[in-house]
Amino acid sequence: MLHGYAGKILKINVGSGKQVAENTPPELAEQYLGGRGFVARLLYDSIEPGTDPLGPANLVVIATGPLSGHLLPGSGKTHFGTLSPATGGYGDSNMGGHFGPALKYAGYDCLVLEGAAEKLSTIVIDNDKIEIVEDETLQGKGALVAEKILKERLGEDFQIITIGPAGENKVAFACISHDFGRQAGRTGVAAVLGSKNIKAVAVRGTGSIPVYNAKGAQQKGEAMYKVCFAKPGFKTWTPYGTASITSWVNEVGAFPTRNFQSSFAEFHNKINGQAVVDKLLITDKGCFGCPTPCGKYGYAKTALGNAYVEGPEYESIATLGGSCCLEEIEEVAYANYVCDQLGLDTISAGVVVSFAMECFEKGVINTAEIGRSISFGSLDDVVYLLEKIAACEGIGAVLAGGVKPASAAFGGGSEQYAIHVKGLEWSGYECRNAPGMMLSYMTADVGAHHNRSWALGYDISQSDADVSELIKAGAGGKMDVSSPEGKVDHVISMQHSRPLYDTLGICRLQTMEIGFETVHYEEVFELITGRKLSWAEMLAISEKIWQLTRLFNVKHIDGFGRSWDYPPRRFMEEPVTSGPNEGRYIKKEILDKMLDEYYEKRGWDSNGIPTPETIKAYGLK
Amino acid sequence: MKLQVKEDRCSGCNVCRVVCTLENFSTVQPSQALLKIKGLFPDPGKYEIAYCNQCGVCAGECPEEAIKEVNSEYDIDYDLCTQCLICVDSCPFDVMVVLESGYPAKCTGCGKCVELCPRDAVLADQG
Repeated sequence: MLHGYAGKILKINVGSGKQVAENTPPELAEQYLGGRGFVARLLYDSIEPGTDPLGPANLVVIATGPLSGHLLPGSGKTHFGTLSPATGGYGDSNMGGHFGPALKYAGYDCLVLEGAAEKLSTIVIDNDKIEIVEDETLQGKGALVAEKILKERLGEDFQIITIGPAGENKVAFACISHDFGRQAGRTGVAAVLGSKNIKAVAVRGTGSIPVYNAKGAQQKGEAMYKVCFAKPGFKTWTPYGTASITSWVNEVGAFPTRNFQSSFAEFHNKINGQAVVDKLLITDKGCFGCPTPCGKYGYAKTALGNAYVEGPEYESIATLGGSCCLEEIEEVAYANYVCDQLGLDTISAGVVVSFAMECFEKGVINTAEIGRSISFGSLDDVVYLLEKIAACEGIGAVLAGGVKPASAAFGGGSEQYAIHVKGLEWSGYECRNAPGMMLSYMTADVGAHHNRSWALGYDISQSDADVSELIKAGAGGKMDVSSPEGKVDHVISMQHSRPLYDTLGICRLQTMEIGFETVHYEEVFELITGRKLSWAEMLAISEKIWQLTRLFNVKHIDGFGRSWDYPPRRFMEEPVTSGPNEGRYIKKEILDKMLDEYYEKRGWDSNGIPTPETIKAYGLK
Repeated sequence: MKLQVKEDRCSGCNVCRVVCTLENFSTVQPSQALLKIKGLFPDPGKYEIAYCNQCGVCAGECPEEAIKEVNSEYDIDYDLCTQCLICVDSCPFDVMVVLESGYPAKCTGCGKCVELCPRDAVLADQG
């Protein structure tokens, strides 16, 4: 018996209806742990080169980790993966909430979906009873509306993921929605669900998960919560959540503003964590097992309408607030709500909309093409574009592919400021003064996403300080961060540690935000699974997974290599227009030097391809 | 320990429910927890907590008088219980469960939910 795991992998062909529940292979658990590891291995082994991301042969893998659903801080995470329609390569996204634990209580570590249903359908998993239910009445329904309908229909004890109209219309940055405000936002997993005609997956699990040493695991889990309760950040960080970092990011000159023309927003105090608490907050909303809920559920009143909405989280503040220049937190929250209903990733959506606004300012696209004039700072224009994108109507049909294909279609030099890597839009940290963070975005397997390595704190402080400590210290006088020396090692280290949380099925924020120590995970992992693994040994598994996702990109992206690892030319050629980093940028020569060092340390050739020796050394095939 | 709750502090994390089943049944199985949390979303955006306040209705309904008050808490005497489950149906808060063995279970006042709630939303009733 695999302790800690539910024990089964459920494979469903949503076209034929065939379902198979196989035992979770012990060697898969041993070598890849779970979560992101399961996603990467199953995708690599199962998808043939040349597969259409939006065709029936693509897979959606939904995986929990060995620690998901157990008594320990942050055990509510679920990992999603697919051949990404945004990048054509490795795509994954991580989500909090309660879905993953429910999947394990139903008996499954992992759900693998393939094929395509003929009509819009919902998958209902009620422990070992599985149905694919055709339901076209949900067509076009907002992601939150659909969840409410299904909750009322199936019962409160079902945990549900849904997609919105954007997913149904296969927008490249459509997101999966859950629990009225948690999302698996990145890399377009929801577009793949949409291509399979799957509007929702609902799961009820009433069983238990086998634990190697239940008493010991309980005692350790209880102790872990009490360690969290005693951290200073438990009281200072939790009330504001991820939005607490907004003004710090602005202060250090890394806050994306006006489609990343600048890295400083004068209006940051109106859209920061304090503004969320003062103007929106109804209740804190936690994921399963979370002692430090970053979810801030609130109510926003705007001229366009009023809405209940979870958030905005920092990333939504950065892209919808900073990059689109929405200067009031209520407006950011309302745009966030519109994205949530339409089922659009707020990160990519904010970057795509701000890209369109700059294109219009520069005359690359015109009023006739857009259907109206648009400008930074207009909530009305933001919502107009979001709705066009989700419906794939007019200009929205072009923008629905993301900034990379849109800039290719628009031309006029717009590639310069199409802010992405590998086709995935950049998340909320401007990096022209942060070479470590820049390298993090350049080399992330999924494209320009921060969660693989958040090196900004190291760029600024040259230390491993957690976020609550960084905020407390402020920007200080340590602004000379333009030297790339020593950054590569730190980025590589973070690219192993942060994804490890996604592999174990837990939240990294207790460690990253309030300084919870990793040694506790070693101990509880052994008590739950019966397997002794040091954190360093787990990191080695995470390192192997990093090599595997790189190989996935090599396998699936024609001509993949070094040219896919650069940021947009804006960051290498254009000075920041205002704020503490005004005038700064990072020349391509510096980035090339960092890439050379990075590739060498990774065991990749000068084109960024893992060498045969490296592949062999990691035992990959 | 008798419980009281402050629902406006609850964030829906369910830590109380996980530790409840570990403490009482040595299993990770929140569906069997002896308290429940319901999220009211998207509107009005709050949580309701159903919990045992040791009201004693179950004891009053038990035909075998198998549920007895001890120090302001009601405990099931399993030597007397016949698994009729009338108590489970009678619970006004729907927080009694039926175990795999067929026996009912109710809140034992162990206090683990109070000890671990990160939000002080589940508390010991001092009154």
